[in-house]
Amino acid sequence: MKLKPREYARRVQRASPPSPLGKDCLWAFFVGGGICLLGEVLRQWYLAKGLEWELAGTLTSCTLVALSALFTTLGLYQKLAAKAGAGSLVPITGFANAVVSAAIEFKTEGRVLGTGAKMFTIAGPVIVYGTLAAVVYGVVLWGMGAMV
Amino acid sequence: MAARRGDTLLFERMPVIASHAAVGGKKEGEGPLAAEFDELFPDNNCGQANWETAEKILQLRAARLCLKKAHATEKQVSLVLAGDLQAQCTASSYALRELHLPFVGLFGACSTMAEALGLGAALCSAGLADGLLAMTSSHFCAAERQFRTPLSYGAVRTPTAQWTATAAGCCLLHPAGQGVGIAAATFGRVEDYQIKDINNMGAAMAPAAAATLLRYLHDTGQESKDFDAIYTGDLGHLGSRLFREILTAEGLVMKNHIDCGSILYDAARQNVKSGGSGPGCCAAVLCGHILPRLERGSYRRVLFIATGALMSQTTFLQKESIPAIAHLVELRGPECTVRG
Repeated sequence: MKLKPREYARRVQRASPPSPLGKDCLWAFFVGGGICLLGEVLRQWYLAKGLEWELAGTLTSCTLVALSALFTTLGLYQKLAAKAGAGSLVPITGFANAVVSAAIEFKTEGRVLGTGAKMFTIAGPVIVYGTLAAVVYGVVLWGMGAMV
Repeated sequence: MAARRGDTLLFERMPVIASHAAVGGKKEGEGPLAAEFDELFPDNNCGQANWETAEKILQLRAARLCLKKAHATEKQVSLVLAGDLQAQCTASSYALRELHLPFVGLFGACSTMAEALGLGAALCSAGLADGLLAMTSSHFCAAERQFRTPLSYGAVRTPTAQWTATAAGCCLLHPAGQGVGIAAATFGRVEDYQIKDINNMGAAMAPAAAATLLRYLHDTGQESKDFDAIYTGDLGHLGSRLFREILTAEGLVMKNHIDCGSILYDAARQNVKSGGSGPGCCAAVLCGHILPRLERGSYRRVLFIATGALMSQTTFLQKESIPAIAHLVELRGPECTVRG
């Protein structure tokens, strides 16, 4: 064939429909914002119940994680996520979905080597690089303290 | 006997597809071809505890229905050529554990059905097999968790992504007799046009389909207009467009091209983005849609080109491009099985 890879790459790019950016952004904005708003409502509720500021924040995260796990198990979270994209991926509920979905999916391979081993296949990198970022941040903070 | 011309095998006495069966899952039963399946499972688990076993059931049902339709028994089968997408081809192996027939496992990703038919026709034509089953399957859920992410993980599918069909197709081949004839087979070469997007398989496979078709036309001296339809396996909507563009650039305007992946689902209504894929996709469309049309006489001659993307999760993560292959078989209606 006369076709060359570089020319083909141009053809593919021209023919491939782009993701609907405007629509995707709106979905992400409103769903992501909605999840954060729910978090704030929960936090205010915990504060109104007389809990301390820090504890109310922790409980808010825990509640959102539990709700995400519940909706993932019911098969509803991914239906929302299929439209919301980053809106449901970035909040803490997305992290919970990544862990719970893998735990459910691989339970057929057993509790240890299935659920246990594969639970963090998607969320694992977040933990690894989150910890690494925390170490870097700590070193920078320590360095700044030493300078002062 | 058969003759070889270039990359194409020409079967002087055409082996025939005496019987065929297509089975599908839930989404396939909601699609435009629902009425053409022999059996549809209302749930994708097919009554099993896991997706891998469910895919085995798809193959078993397809094989048994195919034999039943031919009024044949398992004892009359001399060889089974089967393949699927599961690692180490386990859907086929476990199905054959139950059928307990001589078995050759094949892997050509989504091109496996044409590979099985081509090899099966060659063996039948040489008198080395009589009563040969060619069979492939795929299962959306088994493929998703092997190649992508868990089913309940929330992710957005890109517009170029394709949907792995939950389906299986099976054909029973004989060296001669009543049925759709296999006149020729062209085994493809691996083509790689440096596509690295795992969500754009149609683009990766389109050049392979075009290359195999051009090689077949060159080897046989036929023209594309000699055929009632030229079916590609599962290029999807985007891959089909690219396939036609490549051929137009080669001076071949395609007016009779249909893609199995583009007709299995209603892309807009069923949210399958660029269309269907998987070894079960073109196998089911072949057995449920194409072969009955050849038998009824609405088609006389058809080319069936199944395409496969040959990467793995490992090569993809290692940033390798996606190699692709396409195998072709020429099919003729029962009235036209005398070479001419």
